[in-house]
Amino acid sequence: MLKKDGVPSPEELEGVKPSQERLEEGPVVIVECMQEIPCDPCYYACPKEAFRPFGDINEKPEIDYEKCNGCSICIANCPGLAIFVLDYNYSEKEGLLKIPYELKPLPEKEEKVIVLNRAGEEIGKGRVVQVLNTKKQDRTAIISIAVPKEILMDARHIRLIRGSTDEG
Amino acid sequence: MRQTDLAIIGAGPAGLAAALEAATAGAKVILLERDEWLGGQLVKQTHQFFGSKKEFAGMRGIDIATHFSEQIEKNKDIEVFTGATALGYYEDGVLTAAYSGRMLKIKPKTMLVASGAMEKMIPFNNNDLPGVYGAGAVQTLMNVYGVAPGKRVLMVGAGNIGLIVSYQLMQAGIEVEAIIEGSSQVGGYWVHASKIRRMGVPILTNHTILKAIGEEKVEGALITEIDENWKPLEGTEREVSVDNICLAVGLSPLAELLWQAGCQMEFSPQLGGYVPVRDEDLETSQEGIYIAGDVAGIEEATSAILEGQLAGISAARKMGFAVEDKKIEQIKENLKSLRAGPVGEHIRQGLAQVER
Repeated sequence: MLKKDGVPSPEELEGVKPSQERLEEGPVVIVECMQEIPCDPCYYACPKEAFRPFGDINEKPEIDYEKCNGCSICIANCPGLAIFVLDYNYSEKEGLLKIPYELKPLPEKEEKVIVLNRAGEEIGKGRVVQVLNTKKQDRTAIISIAVPKEILMDARHIRLIRGSTDEG
Repeated sequence: MRQTDLAIIGAGPAGLAAALEAATAGAKVILLERDEWLGGQLVKQTHQFFGSKKEFAGMRGIDIATHFSEQIEKNKDIEVFTGATALGYYEDGVLTAAYSGRMLKIKPKTMLVASGAMEKMIPFNNNDLPGVYGAGAVQTLMNVYGVAPGKRVLMVGAGNIGLIVSYQLMQAGIEVEAIIEGSSQVGGYWVHASKIRRMGVPILTNHTILKAIGEEKVEGALITEIDENWKPLEGTEREVSVDNICLAVGLSPLAELLWQAGCQMEFSPQLGGYVPVRDEDLETSQEGIYIAGDVAGIEEATSAILEGQLAGISAARKMGFAVEDKKIEQIKENLKSLRAGPVGEHIRQGLAQVER
């Protein structure tokens, strides 16, 4: 449970998941922002107006999944690093996960990495497909990782196999 | 003796924002800062800020400090003294400060105290052992001076500071053994908790520290689970091997100057301790003395910036400088909306008690 240990319960997650049908249609955002806090940059970041305008800045974001095309601009604009993009049908067996990443060194394209879930537990291996780190992202890199479809909904972070940050 | 319209004590987010607003309205400003640089705690904030995109949300604290500092350096109506520690405020309206080995004397028409806060300490065995740090000190070592404060850290406190500093430690390649928190809930934003949790750092609510272990310096800590009355649960004690115990257990307003100036003070647990009674323009019970930022009540940097703007512009208006009422109303409106949600509830309660 989020307020107890920082890990959302399945019930808490249910409220922020796009539908399975939408997931299968193509890349889409999942915004794991489940607390009313005063924050609104996601709304301003989205070129598709998929985030509904905030009436009160403390409201939780609401997303129109039909407008979202998974462009990923919002990922590096979320101060809470709570936005991810999922492409369920990336390949036959793999889904694509895009995460915000602020550790050094950055992984490299084609690098194999350990995939972690929301509790920081290892749940498998993934392959880095893209590393985006443009000036506009302001030092929050976006890493795209191909992971087995069955762990796509649980995978939320990576650890480098070549050594953790304290060795790099 | 120096004369000025507004003397500001503290060049953190509140003091910087106030200096710019007051100078824009036409006031001459003297800005005193104890550190050698401007920005206060902003310079240690490497994360993107929450709040409204219309203000500074999305920018990193350090970049907000640079943004303000550049504007202040360009502004001829703001005279800046860094390395200047305010010492006292006297009955004849004279403010003194230690500066460059001398005593600086200033007679301002109005004064803004934006002195911030200091960290709280909690009692446990051996809490004076080297290696027991405040979170602010850890941030200063790491983010200002580039010095690693240890190899493995036990973080005490899961408020925003505890969570954010844990994340910064991990970014610096320092391991965080766990974040322990006495209450049954994470006090900081859940998104901060989640981002540190998915890196593998456990967050242990209902836990506290009993003892720092070590002879010359911290070599470990004894922690325990506690019940809802903060009583240790028997059989749950365990030792963790760490060389840094980092305390992020809250802040209290640094209000000595306001006490000395005779401002009416009131104790508000929601605002972090004794804070001055103030009106809606942030003027204290002593005419011409204003407050903004953590000294007015522990909050966060975005509200400190807005409070600084409000206090700076209000002080200017009091001295007769032309100020648009609309602008003041807009700042008040922005503050109100920032505090409108559930995370602002304790602030609203505290303010209801000290606003006159």
